[in-house]
Amino acid sequence: MNSTPKKQVLLAIFFVVALIYVLRLAVMQLFDDSYLRSAQENVLQEQTIYPARGLIYDRNGELLVYNDAIYDLTVIPDQVKDLDTADFCSVLGITREEFIARFEKIRKGVGYAPWRSAVFEKQLTIPIYAAFQEKLFSFRGFQVEVRTDRKYQHSNAAHIMGYIGEVTDRDIERSEGYYRMGDLKGRSGVEYSYEEVLRGRKGIRYVLVDSKSRTQGRYKNGMFDTAAIAGKNISLTIDQQLQELGEQLLQNKIGSIVAIEPSTGEILALVSMPTYDPNLFVGRQRGNNYMKLLSDPMKPLFNRPLAAPYPPGSIFKVIMSLVGQQEGVLNPNTTYGCRGGYHMGGLTVGCHPHSSPLQLRGAVAVSCNAYFCHVYRSVIDNLMYPNSEAAYQKWYEHISSFGIGHPLGVDLFGEGKGFLPPSTYYDKIYGRYRWKSSTTISLAIGQGELGITPLQMANATAIVANRGYYITPHVVKKIDNKPNPNEQFRKKIWASVDTPYYGVVIDGMQDVVERGTGYVARIPGIEICGKTGTAQNPHGKDHSVFFAFAPKHQPKIAIAVFVENAGFGATWAAPIASLMIEQYLTGKHDTRKYLLERMLKGNLVRRNDSTTTTQTVQR
Amino acid sequence: MIQQQQPKPSNVDWLLLALYAIFVVYGLFCIYASAYKEEHPLIFDTTQNYGKQVIWIGLSLFLGLLILFVDEKFFYAFAYPIYGITIFLLIAVLVFGTTVKGSSSWIEIGGFRMQPAEFAKFGAALALAKFLSGYNIKFKERKTQIIAGIISFLPAVIILFQNETGSALVFGAFIFVLYREGLPGWILFVGFAIVVLSVLALLIPALYLIIAIGIIAVLFTLLIRRTRQNLLIVAGVTIAMMLYVESVDYVFENVLQAHQKSRINVLLGKEVDLKGAGYNVMQSKIAIGSGGLFGKGYLEGTQNKFRFVPEQSTDFIFCTIGEEYGFIGSLVFIVLYMTLLWRIVFLAERQRYKFNRIYGYSVASILFIHFLINIGMTLGLMPVIGIPLPFISYGGSSLFSFTILLFIFIRLDANKVNELRGEFE
Repeated sequence: MNSTPKKQVLLAIFFVVALIYVLRLAVMQLFDDSYLRSAQENVLQEQTIYPARGLIYDRNGELLVYNDAIYDLTVIPDQVKDLDTADFCSVLGITREEFIARFEKIRKGVGYAPWRSAVFEKQLTIPIYAAFQEKLFSFRGFQVEVRTDRKYQHSNAAHIMGYIGEVTDRDIERSEGYYRMGDLKGRSGVEYSYEEVLRGRKGIRYVLVDSKSRTQGRYKNGMFDTAAIAGKNISLTIDQQLQELGEQLLQNKIGSIVAIEPSTGEILALVSMPTYDPNLFVGRQRGNNYMKLLSDPMKPLFNRPLAAPYPPGSIFKVIMSLVGQQEGVLNPNTTYGCRGGYHMGGLTVGCHPHSSPLQLRGAVAVSCNAYFCHVYRSVIDNLMYPNSEAAYQKWYEHISSFGIGHPLGVDLFGEGKGFLPPSTYYDKIYGRYRWKSSTTISLAIGQGELGITPLQMANATAIVANRGYYITPHVVKKIDNKPNPNEQFRKKIWASVDTPYYGVVIDGMQDVVERGTGYVARIPGIEICGKTGTAQNPHGKDHSVFFAFAPKHQPKIAIAVFVENAGFGATWAAPIASLMIEQYLTGKHDTRKYLLERMLKGNLVRRNDSTTTTQTVQR
Repeated sequence: MIQQQQPKPSNVDWLLLALYAIFVVYGLFCIYASAYKEEHPLIFDTTQNYGKQVIWIGLSLFLGLLILFVDEKFFYAFAYPIYGITIFLLIAVLVFGTTVKGSSSWIEIGGFRMQPAEFAKFGAALALAKFLSGYNIKFKERKTQIIAGIISFLPAVIILFQNETGSALVFGAFIFVLYREGLPGWILFVGFAIVVLSVLALLIPALYLIIAIGIIAVLFTLLIRRTRQNLLIVAGVTIAMMLYVESVDYVFENVLQAHQKSRINVLLGKEVDLKGAGYNVMQSKIAIGSGGLFGKGYLEGTQNKFRFVPEQSTDFIFCTIGEEYGFIGSLVFIVLYMTLLWRIVFLAERQRYKFNRIYGYSVASILFIHFLINIGMTLGLMPVIGIPLPFISYGGSSLFSFTILLFIFIRLDANKVNELRGEFE
């Protein structure tokens, strides 16, 4: 038998196999780096360190929003051993069946693996958490994980604070890699508009994990880690007590209150009613509550003071007085008679009985419709301008300079612009050069197409109080204890009416409160200048409107109050404004108990479903 | 068996001993690296696998030494009884066996577990060597071939009943031995053809493959002398291949169960299974592939350290070599292993006695089959079949059996008297 070739054949087979393996090793180890990457992906885990979100204080340093620790009970199924199920269930307060059902649910969940931690019970209550802490050692495989969520100290000011919620796909896309699935971010209010200030910066920690995702240590001693930077604290311009009072006064009503400090543009109170408890947007019921509020016919989520356009009503007469003077068609001594209204051709604008004829101050005080129709006519039909359109354009610019018809640039989400009809608007309706003062006469007394938001109204009041300028209203006073860095919130913006023209109008406004339609708002010892309004509402009962500032000299507060479908301005809006002013200037609001009682008890919400809303949301 | 003689130290093949020592120590360090726990840093810590392996190594050395002092005739004389005992143990396992990880191949005696399948290898090797070296035995006789086949493959059949496919496959090694002793080369060729055709039949739709075989057959007939006899042979072979392809297809579709099909598909890369066997292979490839040229260093393999490869200290021990010592380390290992095989074959050919030679070839072939399947599995070239890497993998039974296997050969070889002084036969 020839053995040598057979020996060589066998050795050849051995060596060929070895050679194939060596080549395979060379390909895998030397020429293909995908294995190296896979190995790194296997063990390198990027852990996000969430910074504490900035706290929110009111203007006096009272804490409004803070972070609350919430405790989730998690379980790693394959570490559960020798569990005393009965004891466990009694601590957690669940039945045996529920216990089994929970485990079933975890087992069927997305991404389930027996070695991976899964949430067994979300947000333990504090007593259960405490009971658990004591016994945790005996429940092997179970852990309590701490997360933070927002907690609102008071159940008011929801529309200012806003709320946080999980980011959407769009947010993630637009954040250039900052947000990840499941992150929380501000969704409205200050939480939204100051998101980047409040959120801070997430940190990243690279850790090595083993095949069961258990942490095994830092990657390269943390060389590539970045620390989390805590969010900055914010102080609002809001006065918490004033805000709270405003919400109480408006309860069971629909409406808005906006109070501004004229000299700074700081918003002192911003009430939108109906409102809701911001704590509804915290925790596990967040989603359900949101849907409930969204479908509420009373629209509690709608930020009325920022976005709801109302016809301004008689209040517009104040601005008309200023514009007329600036245009030179009106002076304090201009006198017009009023015979139950304004009559021009076939057109009549009615007026209520009062003494006649009147000069400017008196006309403001008694809110004479006829007087301001005359003023409007003399502005629009002014022969100084080639035609009504040019005159109207001028008028439009004046009104616009009072912050009407465009957003003011407040640092809150959802500001509306109201509506100030441009001349082209009337061109469309009547044709070019086919309209004049009489066609648009309702503008004279703040009716017609005009729409003004309560914020714009309060801002216009601040202009009057400042005798000519405003500072963009804003709600954030300090960031990290330093003044709001936004230059816009320090710049004086001048309206187009010169300061000397304000005096007589302000005197007239003082008369309104001292002896005119706003007498109910009078507070002994405080010089309040105000103006009532009853805004015609095509959809129902008129809106009750009042705006005022006080004191007359060096005003501290300018306020606008709208109460929907409430009738005369003097009935609801004026007393509410008065109580607010008193609270802000003196720190008290109970000197006139009868007035306070009447406001608090006043229920103007007739619909059955809406009463339940107001009760559930106003704790 | 002319003369009884105690082995002198100078007669022992020191190269084999040195390679054995290198592998065992290297294996220990690999096991230490793959099972390392910070709270048990000591390699001699017997609560850990590496500590236990130290004990196994100690016992193995004792066993090896013992074998070196046993009378050489003992192995020849007791070849059949030893074979009988291992067969008996294999059957006993079927009756009294303990089931570990799905295979009922373990037997437990006083707290010690062992796998008789490991010991059946040298039992069969001894019996086959004795049978074929017997007086008046001609391998060309049909009867001889059948008996040799039964001796070689009976243990494999019993082991198959224990659900230990891997251990059973190892007995395929005897094909090489039988080939060396006279089995015609075409059987190796047919075996090879069957493997290739089976794989192709599973990868390519049967119809295409049959057409391809037909075309190749036609081309083939154009190249050879077209005598009547040649044409008949080609036609016969072609038809046989076509029928085989068709039957593989039929068996795969109709006889195999879903999980078996799935396993085959995973192996062929037609299916990706990241939970079962596919996961092991993927992680094993990642471990080896990420080793690079020089490896990540001793105790620095992340795949290894953080337990991504299951069974790493036993069946997937080669991952540790690949990951921590890189291409260079793997190459060194393979070269050393090939040196071992070459040395055994070289020594086997030098033996005067057929018994020694056949036994030597059995040892080399068994070690080769383990190498082929085990390393091939970690590289993703072979199916996941759980057999250990000789001398390296953790485990007492396997280390004992390979030590006995190798040391019996070293003992047989140590009788220099047995050496051939020149070529004959």
